[in-house]
Amino acid sequence: MSTPSSSASESPLPTLPATVPSQLEGESAAKRIAKEAGSPRERLTRLTSNGIVTAIVVLIAAIWSIPTLGLFISSFRPPAAIHDSGWWSGLLPPWHFTIQNYQHVLQAQGIGHAFLNSLIIAIPGTILPVMVAAFAAYAFAWMKFPGRDWIFLAIVALQVVPIQLTLIPILQIYTGVGITGSYLAIWLAHTAFGLPFAVYLLRNFFGALPSDLMESARIDGAGHVRIFFGLLLPLSVPSLAALVIFQFMWVWNDLLVALIFVGGGPNAPLTVTIAGLVNSFGTNYEVLTAAAFISMALPLVIFFSLQRYFVRGILAGSVKG
Amino acid sequence: MADVRFEHVYKRYGENPPVITDLNLHIEDHEFLVLVGPSGCGKSTALRMIAGLEEISDGTLYIGDRAVNDVAPKDRDIAMVFQNYALYPHMSVFDNMAFSLKLRGTPKEVIATRVNRAADMLGITDYLPRKPKALSGGQRQRVALGRALVREPKVFLLDEPLSNLDAKLRVATRTEIARLHQTTKTTFVYVTHDQVEAMTMGDRIAVLNAGLIQQLGSPQELYDHPSNLFVAGFIGSPAMDFFDGTVKRASEGATATIGSRTLTLAGQSAAAASNAASSGERKVIIGIRPEDFHIASENDPNTLLGTVDVVEHLGNEQLIYMQSEGIHATEHAEVKGLTARIGPDVILRHGEKVAVGCDPTRVHFFDAESGKRL
Repeated sequence: MSTPSSSASESPLPTLPATVPSQLEGESAAKRIAKEAGSPRERLTRLTSNGIVTAIVVLIAAIWSIPTLGLFISSFRPPAAIHDSGWWSGLLPPWHFTIQNYQHVLQAQGIGHAFLNSLIIAIPGTILPVMVAAFAAYAFAWMKFPGRDWIFLAIVALQVVPIQLTLIPILQIYTGVGITGSYLAIWLAHTAFGLPFAVYLLRNFFGALPSDLMESARIDGAGHVRIFFGLLLPLSVPSLAALVIFQFMWVWNDLLVALIFVGGGPNAPLTVTIAGLVNSFGTNYEVLTAAAFISMALPLVIFFSLQRYFVRGILAGSVKG
Repeated sequence: MADVRFEHVYKRYGENPPVITDLNLHIEDHEFLVLVGPSGCGKSTALRMIAGLEEISDGTLYIGDRAVNDVAPKDRDIAMVFQNYALYPHMSVFDNMAFSLKLRGTPKEVIATRVNRAADMLGITDYLPRKPKALSGGQRQRVALGRALVREPKVFLLDEPLSNLDAKLRVATRTEIARLHQTTKTTFVYVTHDQVEAMTMGDRIAVLNAGLIQQLGSPQELYDHPSNLFVAGFIGSPAMDFFDGTVKRASEGATATIGSRTLTLAGQSAAAASNAASSGERKVIIGIRPEDFHIASENDPNTLLGTVDVVEHLGNEQLIYMQSEGIHATEHAEVKGLTARIGPDVILRHGEKVAVGCDPTRVHFFDAESGKRL
């Protein structure tokens, strides 16, 4: 349906995934320079050319990061200071930081509750599609059945269907069944929207595993279930982790789907609640900065702890091995 | 322990011409049979049919007395060794070898005994707790062999198991596999494109080309009496030299003429030639193995003349590649010219003109049209 970056553009939050990979590139380029050797002259040319590239990459990364940094600093400044001066003046002494903004949004504005809702939505909204996609991808990659390639092609083609096109029909179905506004509604919606990309990614990864392995397991006496759980899943941890991150980010940052199927009720996630805050506290930046940063915190933690899978996952299926 | 029988087996993919055509092959119990041929000849397909990894389009395949066309791979009581090992990367060597036994619910003690015995046989006991990625190519292939061994299958299937090893290791592992065959006394079916492996390991060799068995026989039979041009050119290294020429009966025996030179034949070659030329002079393809040539005096009329192209010194012998008249270019030939394999003493240089004589009893004749042995 959509990648995390486009989902981020739909939400009012600063884009996160685009920021961090560029920083990573900067890091690895620096490491490469450190490792490389050669004649002094060659090294010098390489250093300068690589140095320029590195400088540009670092600069881009910094520009990408500035809004996030501003948001972060503002969220700890007292309301009066935010209104009087720019966030950068918070960096200069006398320092005057407070956690009052956070206390306010968490308790009075229900952000704490919304955070919990976001978790309740995002966790099953990630596990369900990944699980279903893994089964489907296995079948598409390693089971023979008539029409296999055509069905797969249809699923891949579904990725181009704009999400907006499906909102009203699905909402009608949900109203008919009577699950509008429930967690179930949004879990199912995210599962459906996430599946085409997930199946596509995983099928390509599974398909790139050597066929000898599956054949060897078949001769050894393993059936499909055994091959899937005992062989395929353990070998696919990197691609599964990458997909989990993709899907989690997308669900976590999603505003549109949540707004349509859950709305502003008691089940509303962070994105919907923050959007509500923008309307009612449009001029009170201090509330918004703290709320926005809370919504970014979890994706940040997940991203940094699993970044090596994330970077590898982008390449999943494109290169073998 | 079991024999394997192909009866009129075909393999087709869609509407294309069959990959395997009317394969009839009886692999005897305890036999080491090698399927050899160029890539795409259907040898791997035949092996994978025995394993149950490829469906049989037509005909019947028996393992022992049982028709196995519709039997799942795991129920065929076979074990297979793959070219790129196909070890399970996330399992230790022990678990890799124990995997099939575990799936069959074999008691733990039995598994441990069998794995240890196989590991001992192959000298991989020290590696049992390691993961495959911590092993070298040769060690991995031993583990793959071990994994097949612990199954104690009726039939061992080996699909180019040595192709990924370097030359030295290949020779060592070759011997190892031959030894395994002797100790296990099981039926081995071995697929390779390397005729040296085929010659050294097989009790019998089946040479395949384009989905058809060209010849089935012992290595020596194939070498001495290749049944057609293809087998003659495929078995033996360097390959047999072929010439366009004629044969004619002579007062005593027969002669073969290549271009302007005429060779007097003797022994079984003379018999074959005079038989072929029973109704007068006949155009044939003449085959002579490089090792049956020797450097002769230029005055000797019973020789072929050539110009030296390249000399390869191998220490105990040398290979001389020459330009000569009447060379028959077969479609599989790697070298266009005359190759002679001679002792190390003669010193030859590029461009030098030489006369080569051949063993008059070891000349092969093939029909110019069909390529069949005469």
